[in-house]
Amino acid sequence: MTISEEKKPIFRGEQVYLAAADPEADASIFARWMKDAEFVRLMDTDPPKLMSVGKHKEWLEKELLEERSNDELFFLIRTVQDNRNIGLIGLDGIRWVHGDAWVGIGLGEREYWGKGYGTDAMRVIQRYAFEELNLHRLSLTVFEYNQRAVRSYEKAGFTMEGQARKFLHREDMRYDLIFMGILRNEWERMTAKK
Amino acid sequence: MKMNIPLLEGELVYLGAINPEQDAPVEAGWTLDGEFLRMLGEDLVRPLSSAEVKKRYREIEKEIDEKRNQFYFTIRRSAPGESENQDRLLGFTRLSRVEWNHGIATLTLGIGDPGERRKGYGNDALNLILHYAFKELNLFRLNASIPGYNQAGLQLFKKAGFKEEARRREAYRWAGLRWDGIFLGLLKEDWEQ
Repeated sequence: MTISEEKKPIFRGEQVYLAAADPEADASIFARWMKDAEFVRLMDTDPPKLMSVGKHKEWLEKELLEERSNDELFFLIRTVQDNRNIGLIGLDGIRWVHGDAWVGIGLGEREYWGKGYGTDAMRVIQRYAFEELNLHRLSLTVFEYNQRAVRSYEKAGFTMEGQARKFLHREDMRYDLIFMGILRNEWERMTAKK
Repeated sequence: MKMNIPLLEGELVYLGAINPEQDAPVEAGWTLDGEFLRMLGEDLVRPLSSAEVKKRYREIEKEIDEKRNQFYFTIRRSAPGESENQDRLLGFTRLSRVEWNHGIATLTLGIGDPGERRKGYGNDALNLILHYAFKELNLFRLNASIPGYNQAGLQLFKKAGFKEEARRREAYRWAGLRWDGIFLGLLKEDWEQ
């Protein structure tokens, strides 16, 4: 078997690359992002809550060094241009038997919103999931009020798979939870065109 | 105000606590043919020993106590006068991942012994847990996630008012085929009608 063409490094995209988080170096940046309530409300169903830098460091140590489980992975998103940490992306609930995993992504640095950085990171993790981990599909959920994310996921090739009615309760309103997914063959067709 | 409504007792079954010593060997027996775990679609399908089942019971009870985001009941036969049937373990039902801020939870239900399915026990237990979820916990909606090959489960949940809301295409692989993962939802306002 030969590898016909020179492959791009698996964790590198056009605008961003993925790197491992370091508890010591990165705890303070996580603590800062989590103080942004809008960021948390776009990313998580949990209420925004504040933890000390020390607690974030402990959490990262537990996650990355102690209880490394084989059904989740997460990475920092860094800019190619100046190696700046701008967000995180990860796979969780990986079901190896079925070849399915959930993707989660968030850009903590607001000035990078809406400029293609998230979509680029998503393309990198798709390639990793399909070429390296040999998964069959990727799943994600996104909140109805986060239309910017919906557009980004569509751009990255995800298809709407349904909508859980009135799933979230925020600011006296109820919002749907949108399900999206991409199959391996859809990703192959999409990337072959380029 | 009427408070003497039997919250945990149905026509054929009642919802009870875990009895680790007695229940573990019964549940371990259910895992022997694979179908019980496969239909739930959550964990790796493999036979579990009584000791493993007991360990899981301890974990469940610890989580209920500490995190307060799940409720777990055994489903037991209610057959007054039939001493061999009364209290017999039939299955379990669970409300997990309760998110109090949104009023949502995930509902799971399983009848363990294939010979005990299609006798109305699941339906009876489902009605009890729905009443508990909506009238006692005051939840707003319930989620359920069922593999596409579990037709009986889908039928049971839909009969109780759950609507199919999403189809995660080809999210399960079993017996050489790909099956969708079906995501269902039931709103309290729909259940009340």
